[in-house]
Amino acid sequence: MTGTTQTAYVAPAITAPLPPPIAVGGPVGWVRGNLLNSWSNAIVTIVSLYLIWAVAVPLINFLIIDAVWDGAGRADCLPEKVGHSVGACWPFIGAKFSQLVYGFYPWNLHWRVDLTFALGAVLLVPLMIPRAPLKMLNSILFFGVFPIVAFFLLVGGSFGLEHVETRSWGGLLVTLVVAVTGIVVSLPLGILLALGRRSHMPAVQGMCVIFIEFWRGVPLITVLFFATYMLPLFLPNTWTIDALLRVLVGVALFSAAYMAEVVRGGLQAIPRGQFEAASALGLGYWKTMGLIVLPQALRLVIPGIVNNFIGLFKDTTLVLIVSIFDFLGQMRAAFADPNWSTPVTLYTGFAFCGIVYFVFCFSMSRYSLFVERRLNTSHR
Amino acid sequence: MTGEREGPAARPRLAVLYNPKLRGIFYQLVLLAIMVWLGIEFALNAKTNLQAQKIATGFGFLDNTAGFGVNQSLIAYQESDTYGRVFFVGLLNTLVVSAFGIALATAIGFLVGVARLSNNWLIARLAGVYVEVIRNLPLLFQILFWYLAVLGALPAPRNAISVLDGVFLSNRGIAVPRPLFGEGSGLVLAAFAAGIVVTLMLRFWAQARQEKTGQQFPLGCAAAGLILGLPLLVMIAAGFPIGFELPQLRGFNFVGGVTMIPEFTALLIALSTYTAAFIAEIVRSGIQAVSRGQTEAAYSLGLKPGRTMSMVVIPQAMRVIIPPLTSQYLNLTKNSSLAVGIGYPDLFAVFAGTTLNQTGQAIEILAVTMAVYLVISLITSALMNWYNSRLQLVER
Amino acid sequence: MHTTKNETAVEIVAMNKWYGQFHVLRDINLKVGRGERIVICGPSGSGKSTLIRCINRLEEHQKGKIIVDGTELTNDLKKIDEIRSDVGMVFQHFNLFPHLTVLENCTLAPIWVRKMPKKDAEEVARKYLERVRIPEQAMKYPGQLSGGQQQRVAIARALCMEPKIMLFDEPTSALDPEMVKEVLDTMVTLALDGMTMLCVTHEMGFARQVANRVVFMDVGQIVEANEPKEFFAHPQHERTKLFLSQILH
Repeated sequence: MTGTTQTAYVAPAITAPLPPPIAVGGPVGWVRGNLLNSWSNAIVTIVSLYLIWAVAVPLINFLIIDAVWDGAGRADCLPEKVGHSVGACWPFIGAKFSQLVYGFYPWNLHWRVDLTFALGAVLLVPLMIPRAPLKMLNSILFFGVFPIVAFFLLVGGSFGLEHVETRSWGGLLVTLVVAVTGIVVSLPLGILLALGRRSHMPAVQGMCVIFIEFWRGVPLITVLFFATYMLPLFLPNTWTIDALLRVLVGVALFSAAYMAEVVRGGLQAIPRGQFEAASALGLGYWKTMGLIVLPQALRLVIPGIVNNFIGLFKDTTLVLIVSIFDFLGQMRAAFADPNWSTPVTLYTGFAFCGIVYFVFCFSMSRYSLFVERRLNTSHR
Repeated sequence: MTGEREGPAARPRLAVLYNPKLRGIFYQLVLLAIMVWLGIEFALNAKTNLQAQKIATGFGFLDNTAGFGVNQSLIAYQESDTYGRVFFVGLLNTLVVSAFGIALATAIGFLVGVARLSNNWLIARLAGVYVEVIRNLPLLFQILFWYLAVLGALPAPRNAISVLDGVFLSNRGIAVPRPLFGEGSGLVLAAFAAGIVVTLMLRFWAQARQEKTGQQFPLGCAAAGLILGLPLLVMIAAGFPIGFELPQLRGFNFVGGVTMIPEFTALLIALSTYTAAFIAEIVRSGIQAVSRGQTEAAYSLGLKPGRTMSMVVIPQAMRVIIPPLTSQYLNLTKNSSLAVGIGYPDLFAVFAGTTLNQTGQAIEILAVTMAVYLVISLITSALMNWYNSRLQLVER
Repeated sequence: MHTTKNETAVEIVAMNKWYGQFHVLRDINLKVGRGERIVICGPSGSGKSTLIRCINRLEEHQKGKIIVDGTELTNDLKKIDEIRSDVGMVFQHFNLFPHLTVLENCTLAPIWVRKMPKKDAEEVARKYLERVRIPEQAMKYPGQLSGGQQQRVAIARALCMEPKIMLFDEPTSALDPEMVKEVLDTMVTLALDGMTMLCVTHEMGFARQVANRVVFMDVGQIVEANEPKEFFAHPQHERTKLFLSQILH
């Protein structure tokens, strides 16, 4: 039977699919295919296993097995008392917890902070669930009403609420106030800047480009210094501006520039046809933008906005350099407490801080990924 | 986009108001007027405020004596030097930590990015964990962690951890040997230079020969032999003129060698590992952007995996990688200003920090500091635009 | 290049392949003679592309044997490279290298794999570009060409390695209708020159015109194979009849 004259062939029947040989499918096949498929890969696998072992074992020992869970002072976290090498000293976190969350916000007024957090969460959660109804009302409440309510709740001084100076604020409270204010203020500013950058009026466009590129070109810390030391000089000396407010102004300007670039990306993704269709209906510039273009563009840039928020949340740590004690700042201050000075205090603090930051940022980045996937599928 | 409705019934008196062009000019004039007014207002306020607070103006302070010490300086510096010199000390420190940081971050980032695409499941996951953990922790947190929890926990110089008796890790920093160039070391350097020149010539020759005869030349081996082997031979012949000065413990600290202060080390590690996580993602998406079909086409032509990488995948991936990579380099440089958090004397810490504190001249100092970062940013983006326009893929 | 050892170009014996748990190729037996032109057709997902991709080891098979030009495909990387350089492949989406000119696309492999002097490689490239009738596009980039032109460049690029066997993986499916003919014409010329070809395609006209044998695949196995006249006139298997009734109206 030579190749060229092979006779016709008809399969007798369709055969049933067979399971793969054990060497291919199943866990053995998986390990062979993914971990040991060549010599170099086997070595990489062994090195990786060693690495995991070398990091995970001490970490678990420190965080859980060797950790001290109860105690009232430094003595409880010393190896002499515990009897074995000490891991994390969790009572330290317990003792400093209120400081880490509220700073020096008066004890009896913590409910105001709690209420603000709760209000924010109640408004934010439905905003983040794509299927939840009343998105428009929800956004107005979160971006418009909530900041005002939060301001009166936190600052006080009216409606019979006792005034609390921002100097006594601290910890997670400051971190969240700075990050949330930054995003809430920068969103409208960023939209205006993005529209301005795409404007056909040269003066408007030029000014927006200069503004955006200026803030994006300098480090945030210089912006914070600018807001703290330089801004007051430019304003009438009759105005006294609160230190936290100055920082908020700086952060808002800085993040508006980044927000503008995110929004611009969304505007660019809207096809020309949308503008043309709106013009053909006789809509003017603001109506075209407000009713047709922006609603579409903003939906597209939600992942970008969330990513900006993550960045801002992380960057908030910088305020400790201008002596405002955010979460990290409070933690650093807590290290200095002689009542809790043990060899493990520093590590306990870093571990707790790291876990909190990671949980916040990681969950937000997963959320942004989720929205991005959703947008990608709904676009097809 | 100012297509306002222009009804035919528009009254002639108001036609001017509805002319989009005139309207645009009007808006712009209003905007400009507001800006000018704000500028004047700011300037006047600043003038009264500065006078009230008795703060000097102008750049005269640059010639004044600084009067404070700096714990790392590449140029000769002492307390009696001027603020102007402090500026350059800080600028150089910023550039040094950025340059080392960029090199390290690139190396780690490419390694991790390629590892994320490895067909070894374990290493791919590990690289993913690295990226997620590092990206989701604030940079300042990481800098403080390295500074306080890792480097701060090193033993005192007396009990320093020694690596091969040449490198010493202690809480005073990392002491490494310093090369000493004795007599005849010029020859070694000359041999090194000659090695590079000959390698370049070989490259031309190999290329020309390839084009003529198709024979390929093992350039890599030859280059290694010439650039490393040649100086080594000369070194042996000259009787080892290049020696090393080892750091030695004297009293409470090390003398001799070169000591990297802990502030520098912590900042460098934190900046490079942090930026590396972002670079890894850029590299991963860059390589993934080259479709699988490209690799398959190269394989089906008989090209080996290494050659496929270097001639087909990498040239295409680099177009995607380089623009965001540059902006990461820029971020690293800007982030080096966080040095102020641990007291590394970079531009920001010594100039916008200490100098501002001592002189109070916030406007001049912050303007100069911001200008430096801006200039770095603008130069980089200009280079980037030029590069991008050159590398654009040709399309129909 | 070694001399022809036998009359068989490709021999596949009891070959099986799985993607994870999924049995994509089931007990494939196929012998392709030198100079034979085989058209493989079948519904999508029937494993026809996977089959020809196994022949130059873009996919790995797990059971059975594949012998190409007298060399069995194993994990031996050296043999794989050798086989790949003797087997040309044309893809559905062309897969031209967008960062290289048409000429560079064609000379890349001859220079680095065949170790040809650049000048000779360019000469060979121009010869084949002439043959696919686009010599004037040599200095352009792939992105500047139409789909049909790109696919012809891809064919020329494969031919520059002077392969003994050519594999075509749905070469016309990604093309606009008016460009299909120019690519098919190129393939017909190639067939008339005596090239051994395995083509996955739905172009039944092409099958009638040049194929020695049409192989019909479904659910990962060869259901029926016959010379084109018989295949189209008297399909034997139920599945073949169903498939033909769907694509020939």
